[in-house]
Amino acid sequence: MTTIFGIPLMVLFGQLLLGLINGAFYALLSLGLAVIFGLLKVINFAHGAQYMLGAFAALLGLEYLGLDYWLALLVVPLVVGALGILIERLLLRRIQHIDHLYGLLLTFGLALIFEGTLVNLFGVSGSSYPVPEVLAGGFNLGFMFLPTYRAWVLVAALVVCLFTWFMIERTRLGAYLRAGTENPKLMQAFGVNVPLLVTLTYGFGVALAAFAGVLAAPIYPVSPTMGSSLLIVVFAVVVIGGMGSILGAILTGLAMGLIEGLTKVFYPEAANTVIFLVMIVVLLLRPAGLFGKEA
Amino acid sequence: MNVIKYSTLTAAALLLAPGLAQAEISGDAVKIGYLADMSGTYRDLAGPGGLEALNMAIEDFGGEVNGAPIEVLSADDRNSADVGANTVRGWIDQDDVDLVAGMVASSVTIAVTNILEQQDKLGIVSGSAASSITNEHCTPNHIHWVYDTYPMANGTAKAIVDEGGDTWFLLTADYAFGHALESDVETVVKENGGEIVGKVRHPFPTSDFSSYILQAQGSGAKIVGLANAGSDTVNALTTASQFGLVQSGQTLAGLLIFLNDVQALGLDVTQGLQLTTGWYWDMDDESREWANRYYERTQRMPTMVQAGIYSSTLHYLNAVAETGSDDAATVREQMAATPVNDMFADDGRIREDGRMVHDMYLVEVKSPSESEGEWDLYEILRTIPAEEAFRPLSESQCSLVKG
Repeated sequence: MTTIFGIPLMVLFGQLLLGLINGAFYALLSLGLAVIFGLLKVINFAHGAQYMLGAFAALLGLEYLGLDYWLALLVVPLVVGALGILIERLLLRRIQHIDHLYGLLLTFGLALIFEGTLVNLFGVSGSSYPVPEVLAGGFNLGFMFLPTYRAWVLVAALVVCLFTWFMIERTRLGAYLRAGTENPKLMQAFGVNVPLLVTLTYGFGVALAAFAGVLAAPIYPVSPTMGSSLLIVVFAVVVIGGMGSILGAILTGLAMGLIEGLTKVFYPEAANTVIFLVMIVVLLLRPAGLFGKEA
Repeated sequence: MNVIKYSTLTAAALLLAPGLAQAEISGDAVKIGYLADMSGTYRDLAGPGGLEALNMAIEDFGGEVNGAPIEVLSADDRNSADVGANTVRGWIDQDDVDLVAGMVASSVTIAVTNILEQQDKLGIVSGSAASSITNEHCTPNHIHWVYDTYPMANGTAKAIVDEGGDTWFLLTADYAFGHALESDVETVVKENGGEIVGKVRHPFPTSDFSSYILQAQGSGAKIVGLANAGSDTVNALTTASQFGLVQSGQTLAGLLIFLNDVQALGLDVTQGLQLTTGWYWDMDDESREWANRYYERTQRMPTMVQAGIYSSTLHYLNAVAETGSDDAATVREQMAATPVNDMFADDGRIREDGRMVHDMYLVEVKSPSESEGEWDLYEILRTIPAEEAFRPLSESQCSLVKG
């Protein structure tokens, strides 16, 4: 069998595929962050908590309302996104004229409140969410056993990422959004309702996080702390890709998943740190990030 | 002149004489500091539930010792050795705390027990797993109550090797506890004729285990041993079930699994899993009676750690009442002189290395059809006698163990 650095090639394929799947998660989450930062200049520290709320809403919906997975995938992002709209309207809007750091503090505080409340109600052990029947089981790829659900996650995440990218970069609505951030006063003079656009954008970013949460529910135990551990990594991804760059967030997310996957084979002890090492190197060489515009 | 000189000397001698100064309760109160992970990975095995168990013990004792009130402080160590050590230093310096209870992550415990030794205060460790806590890290100032990695390895790993599971792949949490468990398991597996064919040390905590599970599948080992705990174990088990590890002919061995983990994972995922525990709520009438009282207060059944916190606190308070002192050495001696007979242990005893030895239990997780309720989770397969369960003193590296 062909080997690379003593690891059989087939094993490496398996690990790369897993890395890509994790990368799709990173991409989905960092995309939401990038959209919010790009248009609102808010560093959304509640993103992890909103991802967790998505997973929890799916779980509670299933337990108490009989909401099945496919409906949850549609309804939960809408519900959590609506919560995001409330947050923007009632809180973020009031501080948009002062330093961005206040937005960070506010969203961080919100994240602590969401997590703390759920920890008190449900504990941290978490519960499991059943894999929907259609996606149960898996394929034998020869070099590995791939659970169908993971394959679905990869496809779903990539489709949503590309859709978002297309919306923002290639449609008229996206052009309004981008112009609104560039020069809100001028856009308003043209009769575009910029505050509404901003509200909807935040709601959309939050909905993306919730969507990722529902996708994650059958893979990871649904627990109140599931978001906070992921959030730091996702932030690193956004920083590496370049704050606010949509395509950068997607590509970096996938790439970081792959790098992390390889680290888990060659030096597992460093699996949690490797992304931060990359971040440091990128910040030293290209402070605006790989895909960011030099400020 | 001489008279004054002598009486001053006598007074000084009296003040310095340890026996006399200690035969009372310092600060006119017995203060217990409860230190645990209250919000992270290990919250549900001790956490707020452990604090509730501690309060139950104090209430059952009557709320005071020989007229002195019992006060409780509590803090979240967030699984950080620094946070834990600083908290305990503050408790001793400013609040005159006599006993530190709880203590979960082994790295925190090792840091805290060092301080307890320097400041000569007492600690009872209920949550931690590393057997090194009463081996190379033993001090005269702490007692390890519930379990450690030695009986976990000795109970579960030995039973599995005996049944023919002789090739192992280990998934180890990369810190003090994981390393201790890994080395204890390796010893047991090798001594019983088995072989470790591979291992991987993963960061603590880890949420995605798919890569490690894939490596375990590629190793060809019959047994995949999980030398981790809390949410790491839960995540690893969930991922293993998604990747069809058991269907492809490998067996999982959870080396440290708590009741709350099994309850969270559900019996579909965990059925048939063998594990070792220091206590189970449905063991006998006494344990059931206490567990039901606990359930009424918390709506959850207690883990072995929470039961151990109750048991050890009562044992401590009895020793304080008996000696009329809250001095660490005095109480420690009295606690060791009295066997532990309560809802937790039968004839448990505290050895000179600080290890409380008692019977341990090899259990099997019930299948969904066997289980009669949300918390009816274990069937006890075998009682492992105290002397067999824990590391014998003859192998001890603890400086307190003579010859």
